[in-house]
Amino acid sequence: MKRCLTFLSVVVAVLFAGSAFAQSKAKAQNVPEIPHEIRPFLKLPPGMYLGEAIGVATNSKGHVFVYTRSANTRLFEFDQNGAFVREIGEGNYGFEFAHSVRVDPQDNIWVVDEGTNMVIKFNPAGRVVMVLGHRPEAVAGAVPAPTGPQPPAEKYLFRRPTDVAWDPQGNIFVSDGYVNHRVVKYDKNGRFITQVGSEKSGSEPSQFNTPHGIAVDLQGNVYVADRANQRMQVFDNNLVRKAIYDNIGNSWTVCVSPGPHQYLFTSNSNPNGNTPGSWDITGEIYKMELDGTIIGKFGHASKVPGGFQVVHMLDCRNPNEIIVAEIESWRVQKITLKPQAPAKTSVAR
Amino acid sequence: MRRSLQLLLAAMLGAGIPVAAQLPVPEIPFDSAADPLKFPETIPLGEAAGVATNSKGDVFVYTRTGHPTVSLGTSRAFAHGGSRLFQFDRSGKFVREIGQESYGFMFAQQVRIDPQDNIWTVDQMSTMVIKFDPNGQVQMLLGRKAEAVPLPAPAVAPPAAAGGEGRGAAPAPAAGGGGAGRGGGPPGAGVAQDVFQRPADVAWDAAGNIYVADGMGNNARVAKFDRNGKFVKSWGSRGTATGQFNMVHGIAIDAQGNVYVADSGNKRIQVFDGEGTFKTQIVGVGTPAALCITPGPRQYLYSSNSNPPDDIDVAGEIYKMELSGRIVGKFGRAGKQMKEFGTVNAIDCRSENELYVGETGNWRVQKLTLRSN
Repeated sequence: MKRCLTFLSVVVAVLFAGSAFAQSKAKAQNVPEIPHEIRPFLKLPPGMYLGEAIGVATNSKGHVFVYTRSANTRLFEFDQNGAFVREIGEGNYGFEFAHSVRVDPQDNIWVVDEGTNMVIKFNPAGRVVMVLGHRPEAVAGAVPAPTGPQPPAEKYLFRRPTDVAWDPQGNIFVSDGYVNHRVVKYDKNGRFITQVGSEKSGSEPSQFNTPHGIAVDLQGNVYVADRANQRMQVFDNNLVRKAIYDNIGNSWTVCVSPGPHQYLFTSNSNPNGNTPGSWDITGEIYKMELDGTIIGKFGHASKVPGGFQVVHMLDCRNPNEIIVAEIESWRVQKITLKPQAPAKTSVAR
Repeated sequence: MRRSLQLLLAAMLGAGIPVAAQLPVPEIPFDSAADPLKFPETIPLGEAAGVATNSKGDVFVYTRTGHPTVSLGTSRAFAHGGSRLFQFDRSGKFVREIGQESYGFMFAQQVRIDPQDNIWTVDQMSTMVIKFDPNGQVQMLLGRKAEAVPLPAPAVAPPAAAGGEGRGAAPAPAAGGGGAGRGGGPPGAGVAQDVFQRPADVAWDAAGNIYVADGMGNNARVAKFDRNGKFVKSWGSRGTATGQFNMVHGIAIDAQGNVYVADSGNKRIQVFDGEGTFKTQIVGVGTPAALCITPGPRQYLYSSNSNPPDDIDVAGEIYKMELSGRIVGKFGRAGKQMKEFGTVNAIDCRSENELYVGETGNWRVQKLTLRSN
């Protein structure tokens, strides 16, 4: 059997296989459970499989995009009923080790690849229209990943970036990442504006330890899943810190639903490797107001359908219909949230 | 006034004094065609390293795409894949792929078309220059791909000479010498054969002699071969003196057989005769990377001041010059929008005012129409 690994994957696998992110029980107490139904809904054609379901996002038509680590990293599109539509970017130079897919308000599809250090914008037809970052050049060979203190983060290069978001003006925000620990703001044409954080990890406010997900609300505020710091940090549009939400466990990913009333979702995902006892204290997803008020939570760690096995990303275009991608169960599930406190008055059905 | 300055410049050139662009450089207005190359749905364009046209106006693109891979489960690590060569007609319609699964296609660097419409590719990683005939059949090879790749890659030795700005491409580890010592020559002089270190470009004189820009790794020379691929000579070594190079990024030859060499790390274009005798140098055009000389009785030289991959807030423009080095004008800047450039790696100028520009930073080929200024 021919087994191929890319140069980059070799480096990634060797250097990060052993890295562990401590996982913790959320501080928030007495959070109400949101009643819900969970079902798998993607219909893959015979002979096609998902690998690790790393990124998931929907467009305005409800089509679902899944960025997955299979033999090659691949990007699939499904319709609103879960029927397979097409593959996008097959053989793309920037596809190596999937991390995120997001769809902007114009239905452009953006992927973040932590193997090639690239953020790639596809138009709705699936053609590359802009790239951010630069894939390390293969001609240099399989270069060991840098160790020790990092050189300063560069304006236009990423080091294992994790996620992308936009404000209403189209400015681009990239969370970067596993090696750098910062968030970068670019204008809509990809020109650097500012950043918060740096190449160094830290736990002070406005420092990060693995900024792992990012979302922006309609006011342009920026929500960053500061995963290994067990918190979410909130910034204004110029990346000046506004708030810290530290009662939701390890914030792996973040999603802000569209308006007018926007909700914030984050996952305290159970850790890779299923460390002893971790299933008891992690695995839930929180629904919050933008100000950090927790509305409720749903889900729990489990390998069987209906549970979550390391949620990596979620889509909340419809705040009552959450689509969740899991790393370790290679699946995408749709969660329908039911009203939390059924109205006392009878409602005609 | 302007004429007298030109005369002055001409006098300076005649005296062998470097020409610096002290005058305000006119901006050449230009347009960029939307979607000039129609790629089939199934074929992705990656970094557009090379672009060139043939006599019929067909467009060839040598691109870094797909996945450069190494195979596991072997005693040595074997590397393959990572680049592809595509042909389009003059209207941008896809014609075909050439060299599918080629052993020598790994890290695309350049494609050039010779006067007989043969297609030449230059690959940094396989260190090979491949000549395809117009039908796409391999006709001649220069260089040989290393049998295996070391994992991990050996530490990279710092460049021997200062002057570069680390244009994103660090010298590759020596996979067979080429640095100091081998062959007994000075660093970068290479060996008297077709052994390249990250070769960058290829050109021909009227007699069909082949000149290889060698290159972006440990060699810093121009290697000359006869039309049959027999080594004739090479010149250059690593350094800043005239006749020395610090990253030989591009090469072009005019109708008189003069050889123009983009000496990126030294921020100059050096001009030699066909025997390697230094004639003059052109400075003041930034960091030359991609070179092109137009055909025809009155030839012009285009040179890109390519921005490094890690910055779009510097450089990026392309200069149009007379062969003397006198700057006619410049156009463009670094960026991601149309009419901006992301690390230009190739310019085709078969038509003086209709250029194809390949960008590694923006994964695209732009077709530019220059307007008179």
